[in-house]
Amino acid sequence: MTAVSDTDLLFNRLAKTELDSYEGGLGGLTRREFLKYCTGIAATMGLPTVAGVQMAQAATASQRPPVIWLHGQECTGCTESLLRSYHPTLESLILDTISLDYHETLCVGAGKQAEAHKHKIMEEFHGKYVLVTEGATPTKDGGIYCKIGDKPHVEHVQEAAEGAAAIIAIGSCAAWGGIQSAHPNPTEAKATHEVLNGKTVINIPGCPPNPYNFISTVLYLLTFNKPPELDQENRPKFAYGRLIHENCERRPHFDAGRFALEFGDYGHRQGFCLYKLGCKGPETYANCPAIGFGDVGFGAWPIGTGHPCFGCTMKESAFNKPIHALADVKTYAPPTAFPAVDAPKGGGISPGAAAIAAAIGGAALGAAAVAMRKMPGRVDESDNTEHSD
Amino acid sequence: MAHASHSPLGGKLLTKPFLVLLIFALIGGFFIARRFIFGLGDVTHMSGGYPWGIWIAVDVIIGTALGCGGFAMALLVYIFNRGVYHPLMRPALLGGLFGYTLAGLAVVIDLGRYWQTYNLLLPWFAQPNSVMFEVALCVMAYIAVLWIEFSPAFLERFGLTAVRDKLKKYMFVFIALGVLLPTMHQSSLGSLLLVMGSQLSPLWYTIWLPLLFLVTALAMGYGVVILEATVVTNAFALPSEQRILGRLSPLVAWLLGGFLVLRFLDIAYRGHTGLMFAGDLNGFMFWLENLMFLGATVILGLRSTRTNQRLMFLASILLLLAGSLYRLDAYLVAYNPGNGWTYFPSVPELMVTIGVISLEILLYLVFIKKLPVLHGVRPVQSH
Amino acid sequence: MDKHRRTFLKRAAGGAAAAVASSGAGAFPRREELPLPPNAIGMLYDSTMCIGCRACVDACKEANDMPVEQPAKFSDWNQDTWDTAEDLSGRTLNVIQVYADGTKEHKDEVENGYAFVKRHCLHCVDPSCVSVCPVSAMIKDPDTGVVTHDRDACIGCRYCVYGCPFGVPQYEFHDPFGQITKCQFCIHLQKEGRLPACCDVCPTGASLFGLVEELQKEAEQRLAAKPGEPYVFPRGKLGDDKYPPHEAPLPEYEPYVYGVTESGGTQVRYLTGVPHEKLGLPEVQAASFASIAEGMQHTLYKGMIAPLALLAGLMYFAKRSTRQDSDDED
Repeated sequence: MTAVSDTDLLFNRLAKTELDSYEGGLGGLTRREFLKYCTGIAATMGLPTVAGVQMAQAATASQRPPVIWLHGQECTGCTESLLRSYHPTLESLILDTISLDYHETLCVGAGKQAEAHKHKIMEEFHGKYVLVTEGATPTKDGGIYCKIGDKPHVEHVQEAAEGAAAIIAIGSCAAWGGIQSAHPNPTEAKATHEVLNGKTVINIPGCPPNPYNFISTVLYLLTFNKPPELDQENRPKFAYGRLIHENCERRPHFDAGRFALEFGDYGHRQGFCLYKLGCKGPETYANCPAIGFGDVGFGAWPIGTGHPCFGCTMKESAFNKPIHALADVKTYAPPTAFPAVDAPKGGGISPGAAAIAAAIGGAALGAAAVAMRKMPGRVDESDNTEHSD
Repeated sequence: MAHASHSPLGGKLLTKPFLVLLIFALIGGFFIARRFIFGLGDVTHMSGGYPWGIWIAVDVIIGTALGCGGFAMALLVYIFNRGVYHPLMRPALLGGLFGYTLAGLAVVIDLGRYWQTYNLLLPWFAQPNSVMFEVALCVMAYIAVLWIEFSPAFLERFGLTAVRDKLKKYMFVFIALGVLLPTMHQSSLGSLLLVMGSQLSPLWYTIWLPLLFLVTALAMGYGVVILEATVVTNAFALPSEQRILGRLSPLVAWLLGGFLVLRFLDIAYRGHTGLMFAGDLNGFMFWLENLMFLGATVILGLRSTRTNQRLMFLASILLLLAGSLYRLDAYLVAYNPGNGWTYFPSVPELMVTIGVISLEILLYLVFIKKLPVLHGVRPVQSH
Repeated sequence: MDKHRRTFLKRAAGGAAAAVASSGAGAFPRREELPLPPNAIGMLYDSTMCIGCRACVDACKEANDMPVEQPAKFSDWNQDTWDTAEDLSGRTLNVIQVYADGTKEHKDEVENGYAFVKRHCLHCVDPSCVSVCPVSAMIKDPDTGVVTHDRDACIGCRYCVYGCPFGVPQYEFHDPFGQITKCQFCIHLQKEGRLPACCDVCPTGASLFGLVEELQKEAEQRLAAKPGEPYVFPRGKLGDDKYPPHEAPLPEYEPYVYGVTESGGTQVRYLTGVPHEKLGLPEVQAASFASIAEGMQHTLYKGMIAPLALLAGLMYFAKRSTRQDSDDED
């Protein structure tokens, strides 16, 4: 109980002091609403309430970190997805939380003016700005298949990465190559981390990725000045630590063997498991079933709406495996539920039974010994009343 | 003359051993009742891996071998015409009677669908390829034969000598059946295991199983006769049968020697000698069995044993333990269904077996006191 | 590659041992082995295709009206929720079990891997259970070869449970009026033109229904093709288009089809990614145990000639002895 009240105290203190002093930076939200949003973000990442308060502080700090957002071979779907985030809205993110200084879709300036501003930021905030890349980077023929300002995208990325405090690759194209890198990959498209040797790139794969996975990562970076815990492919664990299959609302149908066989059939209408239609949920690491898309409530995600997951976050699944192909089920949780081939079974020995068995043996041997001691050894043959026949 | 010397022992029925045995029998009865109300799983540790527990392995497989006294003695007395052994005949038959009847009882308790047991007798269900079919019919017939063979004791007790004499005329048929039927089903108890194949350790699994089981049944039958005669004559201060028993011992020694030679040669021929020295439970049990068999063989083969009651008694104990262990091993210990299955009897399961054995001894006591079974009982029935 | 060599060596050694054993047993008469029935139906279970979804276990329970099973030892985490059968039992006709080693990272690998196995009746060509049943309660269909059980004939002696080399028939130990249960290949569904429930529901075709001879060809075809090549896996019933097939790269199989020779052959085929004995599929000799046991019985009891002759002899001696006996007495 004390722990809770301590948190409350801290929460109130911080809320009253720092946030009260900040004017007009809450994107139209009241102080309480803004705190709520930050704690919501913290909860998304599985962080304690205090972290939410700290996030609120970091987000309202007077110096907003500049962000340079580069677009390569992509469809702008990631940005579109981000535009549809609701808590916070995109404007509160880019106007209040960060300073989005360069973004080809969203920046006010254009052409040489925009490029000049980018260079200015890169010099002025060297080592302090955040670089976000969206889209794959073609590398064939010196990367000439994607040029911005008459310069290959690959050079833009390498140049901007030089002075970046942190680099985030948003979307599957930037994280692992995406559709551009699929066979036959005519432009030799590569992921951001593949063209930046030795730099840590936080990957937020997905096509598009869930905006909250991106926002949560950014807020974490701002607050703690370090990336959140990452897996071996540098994906934040809070978002990519579990298989879709593990949290899927259709999982009970999988376990019970109820599968939709084709679109629109009885099973499909009943919401049966989509595995047979090629759902890649069992091999895809993402938190889609847990947080959904579009802020419209439960079930708003591909599987929820009746389409098999196509494994957009996974290099080995999306664009590289037919949509109807079956997934390799990566896990078999809960592990105790599978009986081992040689699991010990059957009625074992109990102390009582062992005691009784021993007692029988002992009694038999004892009785035999006693009987033997009592009986005369050599029998005089003359004593015998032998039968004659 | 033979029958004339048989007479009831008399004496008090409600002795201390009687009451103790009765208590055990009642405890067994309680668990038998539970088995019929709640199912086999309620009282036993039998499982999918070990569907036969000690009720089969001990009560039936060992129990009937211990009941082979009648079979062994009938073979000797009537077929090989050794009248000397006649005085041992009736007690041996009585032992067989209880051994088999209670084995039959154990089977009914153990059968999963006992209310359909009569299907065994319906020709349209018959399955003559099944060893079990043969064993079942054979044992049923033998139990009937045993009662007929033993019936003169009842008839004498109730003074129906005319009926007894009439029966006696046809007794040779039942005597012949009384030898044929155990020969058939005791060997078949070995054949029952032929289908186990890889589930039974090669130290036990051999095509010779029927013969090995038949030989152990005969040897154990003689062992029981020796034990019974020694214990009863001592306990009730009857004249010793040592001289007759002494003549029996070389026969049994030869039988056992043959058994051991066949067993070891067969294992060597099949190339499984290494398993004897594997150092596991099977290897240990194998040696325990065979060393006891060997001990019994050597003692029974000694000349001095013939006049030494103690040695004779020791040999019969060793023989019975070895034979019982051989059967227990073949049916349970050396049987391994794989896939992690284990079995050890539960307490209630053990109590049922103890109850059945107690009932057997208890009835034996009642019978020898009330019916003309024993030989050489003095007319004064004070005890 | 190494995996294959090891298996090959083991098979060769096993073959030599079997040859030695059979030369020893050859001296004894064996009943002729039964042939595969003309329209033998069976199943091909491909362990590498199995994803452990256990849809087959659930479908089997539903199709055969079996209750869920919850052993007491799992009661601490499983309160009336999951069906947690450990093995085949009176309540479970098929079960998915797992082989697991070390970190259990890789499917179908022996070290640090795991593999699934589905256990159910193999519908032997020469079944021990049919041979041992004293009351003809186990019956092998002469046409399709499906082994079925007639509970109205059964006396519950459980010899079939004891004698089955694969541990398939089971008895309901917790029922005072228990019966023997075993997979009967959903003959009740087949009569309605449906597939056995496990094959019908299997999402990957790991359990594939069909004629034994065709399944055997399919299995050989999978073994012959190169691992990693795309292969079209049928689902449901082989040669039937009720379910569309799916394409996947061929896994690396153990080069052995289990169930072809075991105990005189079975009507189920197993393809596995790890050696079959790791999956609880025992090494079983090719000569069926039923033919050995029946051979012995038929030799000893041929036309009941030997027992009757013995009886006649015994009666002669017994009569002689008893006559002497009564002569002495009277």
